[in-house]
Amino acid sequence: MPTIEDVVCPFCGCLCDDIIVHVENNEIKEVENACKFGAHRFLTVKQHRIKKPMIREGQDFREVSYDEAISRAVEILTKAKKPLLYGFSSTSCEVHEVAIELAELLGAVIDNTASVCHGPSALAVQEVGYPSVTLGEVKNRADLVIYWACNPMHAHPRHMSRYSLFPRGMFADKGKLDRFLVVVDVRKTETAEMADLFLKVKPGYDFEVLNALRTILNKGDIPQEEVGGVKKDTLKELAERMKNCKFGILFFGVGLTMSRGKHRNIAEAIKLVRDLNRYTKFSIMAMRGHYNVTGFNEVLSWESGFPFAVDFTRGYPWYNPGETDANSLLQNRDVDAVLVIASDPAAHFPKESVKVLAKVPLIVIDPFESLTTKLADVVIPSKVVGIEAEGSAYRMDAVPLRLKKVIEAKDLLSDLEIMERILEGVKRKLGYKAELMVER
Amino acid sequence: MEFILISGRTMHQGETLHSKCSEDYMKACAICEMNPEDMRALGVKEGDIVKVISEAGEVEVYVKPCEGLDRGIVFIPMGPWANAVVPVGTDSTGMPSFKGIRVRIEKSGGKVLRGDELVMRYAYD
Repeated sequence: MPTIEDVVCPFCGCLCDDIIVHVENNEIKEVENACKFGAHRFLTVKQHRIKKPMIREGQDFREVSYDEAISRAVEILTKAKKPLLYGFSSTSCEVHEVAIELAELLGAVIDNTASVCHGPSALAVQEVGYPSVTLGEVKNRADLVIYWACNPMHAHPRHMSRYSLFPRGMFADKGKLDRFLVVVDVRKTETAEMADLFLKVKPGYDFEVLNALRTILNKGDIPQEEVGGVKKDTLKELAERMKNCKFGILFFGVGLTMSRGKHRNIAEAIKLVRDLNRYTKFSIMAMRGHYNVTGFNEVLSWESGFPFAVDFTRGYPWYNPGETDANSLLQNRDVDAVLVIASDPAAHFPKESVKVLAKVPLIVIDPFESLTTKLADVVIPSKVVGIEAEGSAYRMDAVPLRLKKVIEAKDLLSDLEIMERILEGVKRKLGYKAELMVER
Repeated sequence: MEFILISGRTMHQGETLHSKCSEDYMKACAICEMNPEDMRALGVKEGDIVKVISEAGEVEVYVKPCEGLDRGIVFIPMGPWANAVVPVGTDSTGMPSFKGIRVRIEKSGGKVLRGDELVMRYAYD
């Protein structure tokens, strides 16, 4: 039975690279080291798959060839005045590169799932910077670990065991015994149950609590006895712990980006970390969700100058979240076709956005059946990147890792092959001469 | 009764992510976690159906007790059920308000829809 070691898990932003996969007759039989999500991803990879490309006819789908589905996709995209290309967080950076070229060529808008997870974090980082580190440094050095508005026990199950709390590090060689865990959240989650100190914040009051901590740190006291449901004494205790640790890390989740204050919450958290660096070494990191959501933000930043929600309709990159992001475009009915790849916005966007998604011509590229494929006009099945196709991805700390292919899926095209064919088709349709088309 | 709704990731939601048309996904995500005292005040027990209503819409889900939630706060896993009551708009950030939504919850005699049933309704609205 072939055993493949050091496989990178294509599920969450932890991008664990120590997975061992046992394969027999092109079937994954056993997975070692993975969490419940990761093991499930590998072991059930052949379930709920889309087997053939499909085109909608009335309320039903007709199975077609890849060529027919791709030409229909090209037709939809070239006919549209303002198409939206969306998704990208569960596919490789090589696919992002082709998609950005396609967006520029079409005069389209391109956005990824960051706009519904850490988009506000990107806005805050552009304003106040990002004093961050790698997870390796956290593992080796951190003696104070704070999880703010996130629940890694449910969202990033190996985060604490691989990177932050339990592993033995170079300067934290007793693992958990050398570290102090603080959890800040609006509810007592399973992560909060493990905390040495838990702060329960009233929903929507994170900004006030962060600001109070900064005031205590910088002025020594606050006039209020309680802020956002947290007692002054507890805030003072946390401020002291933060000042006196050797190496602190603040991990924050979408509890900050999705609630009242949004990017302002993140900017305040970053400013708190900046202030703490007057006393000790302190860092901050966003708990990125999809395994390559970070990768898309990296690739789009180096290609266009902006991390998400980039509009090419003017012929140059234009970035204005609140106008050029997927949900604003849909809710303002400002798009006339959508291509979704490696994402399921019908499940994860507000109802008002999904209603519009259901009405415009919709192309979906995905290995699996999803709620978005149910609404699609063209469905193009693909290989699962990281299991059936190789590629590059960025971990939540922006460390790039190489995804492996562990089994074959001969009847299917990869996301990269599909996007390259669409790009080629669009170029032909727009009148690019074959001899001038550069082989990718 | 009035509540503040928080939506978010759960282990069971993540596990059923690639089988969204299944009953499993519905069981994982079409649930509203609530403080047991609030459940008593509302006159519901585990597994009963409640209607969650916001300015954006309404949705039927199963109720489930959760000690970790304060009174007045409820939690629904991320997915089409929670999103049926997420308000329009992004406060000029691109990010919808998935957390901290003001909702009214009442006991319901209605039916909980599967994810695909819920979403397909939008196509033929």
